[in-house]
Amino acid sequence: MSVLSEQLRERIRQEFPKYPNKRAVTLPALHMVHDAMRAVSTGAIEEIAELLELHPSEVHDTMSFYNFFKDEKHALGKHRIWVCRSISCMLRGGEEVLEKVCNKFHVHPGQTSADGKVTLEFAECLGACEGAPCILVDDECHMDMNAETVAALIEKL
Amino acid sequence: MAKFEPVLFARINKPDSTSLKTYMADGGYARIKEILSMAPVDVINVVKDSGLRGRGGAGFPCGLKWTFLPKDHPGPIYLCINADESEPGTFNNRILMEKDPHQLIEGIMIACHAIKSNNAYLYLRYEYGHSYRTLDAAIKECYAAGLLGKNIKGTGFNLDIVLHRGAGAYICGEETGLIESLEGKRAWPRIKPPFPAIEGLFRKPTIVNNVETLCCVTHILYRGKEWFQSIGVPPDPNNPRDPGSYGPKLYCVSGHVNKPCCVELPLGVTARELIEEHAGGVWKGRKAKAVVPGGISMGFLSDKEFDTKLDFAGPGKVGCLGLGTAAVVVIDDQTSMVDVLFNCCRFMSHESCGQCTPCREGTAWMTKILTRIRAGQGRLEDLDLLMEVAGSMGIIPGTTICGLSDGAAWPVKNAISKFRGDFEEYINSKRATVTSAQKLMEAH
Ligand SMILES: Cc1cc2nc3c(=O)[nH]c(=O)nc-3n(C[C@H](O)[C@H](O)[C@H](O)COP(=O)(O)O)c2cc1C
Ligand code: SF4
Ligand code: FES
Repeated sequence: MSVLSEQLRERIRQEFPKYPNKRAVTLPALHMVHDAMRAVSTGAIEEIAELLELHPSEVHDTMSFYNFFKDEKHALGKHRIWVCRSISCMLRGGEEVLEKVCNKFHVHPGQTSADGKVTLEFAECLGACEGAPCILVDDECHMDMNAETVAALIEKL
Repeated sequence: MAKFEPVLFARINKPDSTSLKTYMADGGYARIKEILSMAPVDVINVVKDSGLRGRGGAGFPCGLKWTFLPKDHPGPIYLCINADESEPGTFNNRILMEKDPHQLIEGIMIACHAIKSNNAYLYLRYEYGHSYRTLDAAIKECYAAGLLGKNIKGTGFNLDIVLHRGAGAYICGEETGLIESLEGKRAWPRIKPPFPAIEGLFRKPTIVNNVETLCCVTHILYRGKEWFQSIGVPPDPNNPRDPGSYGPKLYCVSGHVNKPCCVELPLGVTARELIEEHAGGVWKGRKAKAVVPGGISMGFLSDKEFDTKLDFAGPGKVGCLGLGTAAVVVIDDQTSMVDVLFNCCRFMSHESCGQCTPCREGTAWMTKILTRIRAGQGRLEDLDLLMEVAGSMGIIPGTTICGLSDGAAWPVKNAISKFRGDFEEYINSKRATVTSAQKLMEAH
């Protein structure tokens, strides 16, 4: 049984014509697999490597450079929440927001809540400093957060 | 002086500003056919003569960079659009992409024609999901309207734009880190030379340009180089190496101000004008103690330096690294520079790609020393130690491959030389400001 569905494989193959070689499809492929499966397992790495005609260690090398991608031991929850901790957010209470959310879900940054609903992480500058402190839910930004507004936002997920 | 009218931001508050229909109604793409019919070298000359300098941080003259490509190369030649925008405090590229994607796409078309490229890769940081969806829709509209693809508007010019999403690493903004990342590898910057113009993406000649730079290109071709040079600051006659700071610039203002914002102004405004006239003043009725002039990599201005012109030459005159991204972060007088500097060092240590020892170890040790100071256990000698470490890392002392390291050293050098009293007082007081949030992050 393969790890990647035929549909996922087909989506990865559709990226090939955009680049002069298959290796350049590494990040797009990792994103697709990660999105769909909430982690990139060792089996998935092997299958991506086979599709891209690479050695699995090459795919793993790239993947592990970007902390963004999780292996099967650290699979993401349904949603990923990033709380910015860089300068503009820090100056306006970003760390307090992070702390409140950690306490609410009883998690440390990097961990997933017991119900599997959210994985919480800190982020470096999200490029939305006019709305500091801000957070990202999956890849959508929410600005001008405080402990209450974040809690309300998460409640609705 | 006549009131300055925004150009890059002229459309951002209009309804439906992102659609092809309204962009064309506002005059967009009206002259693209004519521009694509110009000789590429003529397009390069217009940009070169305009004096446009790169908006991504280094301020390198844009047209000049384009001339570094090998002559009569059989191709392919690539354009990489640097949309990795991750310098803390910076968000102007995001607004440009979210609110006016076609202004950027038109700039990409013009640039590709000038450098004889048929393939553009737009490297977008993953965090910009909204930008991704907006650009994706705009690119699709262009293909459908014959503005991208084969034989654009019957001019014989072909162009494909590929959107490529990053995965959350600051170093992907460094141009050769970006190239490595696009090729599917870890984003380890390359030793230069060879520069990308000679050997870049997929080992082919490549130009890397910032989003705002390319948006400026669109307007330079429509309005002419004289228009561009009528804005900003001309070269300093006493400095033969100053090519001037022409054109409009998007300044991002954040931190301790009443109205954080991004405003378009002629190059050369001061931090004081930005804070007082555009960002509603310092919050809570306080005073500003320090200002980051262009992203944290550039260092700090002290309150005596708030009238420095924020053009390409200004920040350097007061000991900062440069204009950088023109991201102005305001720090009020109730905030300790120890905490601010710690935040900068932690960022750089987290984002160092790790391949050069002085950068990997230097950023880590500076963070550790500041952690110790913030735990109430600092020693006055630590300040000299920090200065020594900072002085030994970077392209300027010649010990690292890329400029991240200079950008990590600069805030340290500036903070300790300009605010030494803050650090000494903190250390002598033996107080501790390590926050509980920081402890949580360290458990990570
Ligand atoms: C550590 C580091 C990070 C950088 N990040 C960015 C970035 O996010 N966006 C950008 O346009 N340029 C960034 N740059 C500058 C690029 O290397 C390059 O100079 C720029 O993209 C060239 O475009 P321009 O000439 O149009 O400014 C960075 C440089 C360094 C050293
Ligand atoms: S200077 Fe730092 S970020 Fe740049 S290549 Fe060296 S280790 Fe990597
Ligand atoms: S510092 Fe948090 S978004 Fe920029």
